[in-house]
Amino acid sequence: MASGIRDKVVVLGMGCSVFGERWQDDSSDLLIEAFTECIEDAGLEKKDIEAAWIGNHIDEISIGKGGCYLANALHLPFIPVTRVENFCASGTEAFRGACYAVASGAYDIVLAAGVEKLKDLGYGGLPDSPIFGQFARLISPNVTAPGMFAQLATAYEKHHKIPMDKIKKAITHISWKSHQNGMKNPKAHLRKEISESQICDSPFIAYPLGLFDCCGVSDGSSMAIVTTPEIAAKLKPNQDLVKVKALQISVSSGEEMSFNRWDGSGLITTRHAAEKAYEEAGINNPREEIGMIEVHDCFSITEMVTMEDLMISPPGQAPDDILNGFYDLDGQVACQPDGGLKCFGHPIGASGLRMLYEIYNQLLRRWPEDRLVKDPKMGLTHNLGGVPSQNVCSISILGLE
Amino acid sequence: MIGICSYAGYLPRYRLNRMNIFSAMGWLNPAMLMNAAGEKAVANYDEDSITMAVSAGQRCLTGFNPSELEALYFATTTAPFKERQNANLVAGALAIGEEIRTADFCSSIKSGTSALLSALEFVGSGSGTKVLACAADNRMGRVGSVQEMVFGDGGAAILVGNENVIANYLGSYSKSCDFVDHLRGANSKYDRQWEERWIRDEGYDKLIPTAVEGICKKFKLQLPDIAKIIYPCYYGGARKNINRKLGLDFNQVQDDLMMDSGDTGSAHPLLMLAKALESASPGDKLLLVGYGSGFDALLFEVTDAIADFTDRVRVSDSVRNQMELENFYKYLTWREMLPVEVGMRGEEERLTRWSLVWRSRKAILSLMGTKCLECGTQQYPPQRVCVNPDCGTIDRMEDVTLSEKGGKIVSFTSDMLAATINPPAIYGNIDFEGGGRLMMDFTDCVLEDLQVGNNVRFVFRIKYIDPKRDTTFYFWKAVPSGEVN
Repeated sequence: MASGIRDKVVVLGMGCSVFGERWQDDSSDLLIEAFTECIEDAGLEKKDIEAAWIGNHIDEISIGKGGCYLANALHLPFIPVTRVENFCASGTEAFRGACYAVASGAYDIVLAAGVEKLKDLGYGGLPDSPIFGQFARLISPNVTAPGMFAQLATAYEKHHKIPMDKIKKAITHISWKSHQNGMKNPKAHLRKEISESQICDSPFIAYPLGLFDCCGVSDGSSMAIVTTPEIAAKLKPNQDLVKVKALQISVSSGEEMSFNRWDGSGLITTRHAAEKAYEEAGINNPREEIGMIEVHDCFSITEMVTMEDLMISPPGQAPDDILNGFYDLDGQVACQPDGGLKCFGHPIGASGLRMLYEIYNQLLRRWPEDRLVKDPKMGLTHNLGGVPSQNVCSISILGLE
Repeated sequence: MIGICSYAGYLPRYRLNRMNIFSAMGWLNPAMLMNAAGEKAVANYDEDSITMAVSAGQRCLTGFNPSELEALYFATTTAPFKERQNANLVAGALAIGEEIRTADFCSSIKSGTSALLSALEFVGSGSGTKVLACAADNRMGRVGSVQEMVFGDGGAAILVGNENVIANYLGSYSKSCDFVDHLRGANSKYDRQWEERWIRDEGYDKLIPTAVEGICKKFKLQLPDIAKIIYPCYYGGARKNINRKLGLDFNQVQDDLMMDSGDTGSAHPLLMLAKALESASPGDKLLLVGYGSGFDALLFEVTDAIADFTDRVRVSDSVRNQMELENFYKYLTWREMLPVEVGMRGEEERLTRWSLVWRSRKAILSLMGTKCLECGTQQYPPQRVCVNPDCGTIDRMEDVTLSEKGGKIVSFTSDMLAATINPPAIYGNIDFEGGGRLMMDFTDCVLEDLQVGNNVRFVFRIKYIDPKRDTTFYFWKAVPSGEVN
């Protein structure tokens, strides 16, 4: 009987570069920046690393294929390096690979890295690429991410009979909250205070989403070094240990895309991954037992439906919870305490590890008072890659002891 | 009895008011004012002669089984391909099947009637019992030209057969000659013409009467025996002259749709014929002339069966259901007459992988899905493993054509970021009637026309153009229904 990942792996150190439009820097500069912090935090040397995983999504404008880029950038000495790609869950996939390597007993000290250099694209947003293959390209509209995620709103409106005005208010509060949190974060891409009316009145990108409903497109890198609880206890005898409580991935089966049951108002994959993750972590009531979450707010509407898909808000109640401040930094479940994808930015392959970086540092109480979540309990990260009808969802849960 | 079993015309949704063109370009050529009355029908940015022929064909085949057709002829002077049979795209989109004869009729605006004649003779010779003759054109004149004013875009389709014939074919009379009033070289985008007075006096004014009188003489008929004379001629003055010369009664001459659509080239005689059939009575004799490099004249006699022929989109519906294209620059942009910046996002590589297209032709060209023989779930895209999570049976599927089934909107958006020459890109998830779903582009609509749960119908349209390889790729789009055009 499989026993899952719970308490088998400890996060020994983490690092994260400043996210943003890093015009002066290559992917290698971003990796080195994250690595320098990460290896120092772990209290190790490069030679201690036995294996590495690297998550990266849009390889064609940044690091190319295979594991060579990371090995070259850091000059890792002939160890196994594996590049993984699973849309926006790529960073979490790298972390998952590293954790499984440790949990299996194959290695003791493993590096998980994520990097994305998007700002060599030449235009805003993400590049058009045949992400679902060549046949799909021939029959799909020339879609963009905002256009695909925006449809959650029209479907949610229909499903819950909640007027679009109220949805718009709730998602406006989501973006406002991210800016409030991101302002205080020195590594965040977008650090301006924005008023709710600025957000609500911003020009449409894809109905009903405006400019400020969309996350930043950023360059950045983030990393973790993981090990076993026994080794961690030896290396850091005087420090709390941040343990992996759950790691789950759920991938669309094609049901959403081709079968007529799903109504488009939420994500089936998030529900599957959440159920399994709660079971793995031993969580019975996520609304009470989880203190902070970093979710995939590629668009404000995604964050809104995710509150229900994670079963923290009851069906149809996410707008009220959001508007009541339940997910604010001082709310019961702080959502995006670091500013989220919206303000921290979204270098795709790095985002999963960036979320873990926030949870890890919150659990260790390392942030200044004004950024700290009051009672973090356990922390959850959530990535959603692809589009609502066809996607990869990853969820991880970290906790102390 | 051999003749017409069904007919349909198709006009694209958009109209350009000719005064709008004159306001923009009259400074260059003030004589444009002579042709500035009325509107011309203009193809949407994603339409061309192939898609308009498909739209006309879909209407024409309402109530008929496309797989019973034995041939499909496509007439156009604006074929998207010089080599790659255009008719095969029309036939594929109409899901006729591959055991048919197809042919393109090109190079003259007379080609519409030539295709119709060949269809009639195909059935007449006993080679088959049902043939579809389609025609469509979207000819272009240079900005500020007469052709820009008078040409319109549209299509028509006539189903020919030997059962339940609504207009019996009596015979034809043709003349072919190298009369060059217009020409367009193989590498030219725009029409070129000789002096208008000469076209009018030596062309229409002589050839149309020759055609009308010639066929009457051949079949020993007098002009008063003919209920409707249907001939294209975009010079109003010349039409009056011809009618006077022939002594025709006003009601005897079919309106040429110049105020509504403009001259739709190879489709125009068939479009006018379709319009004439809409109000024809049993026993009416119809005389149809196709003009260009000579003429084809055809004679029909309407049968009693026309009384039962109803319930379909009519040309008059198409004339009514329209939307004005107010922005002349938009028209110029759609026709690639203006170099516009669509951004780097629009520079995406659009190589078409023909081996993939061939393997997937049923799904792409004919919008076919599959239906599980085990659990009955209809699905799109076509599946080998049943998508029903409670079934999952492998390889027990039958093909099912979805293009005529209609569907419902599950979700939608209007996207300002997606690269298109017609922003915003409007697309959404569609459930097909009976099962299966697809994220689809919407066309011929605005955001305000859409509601989750509303019905849509499907139209065959240009998906993308690859300028680097001079290739047009087609797929299906959704149009909110309740709309007829």
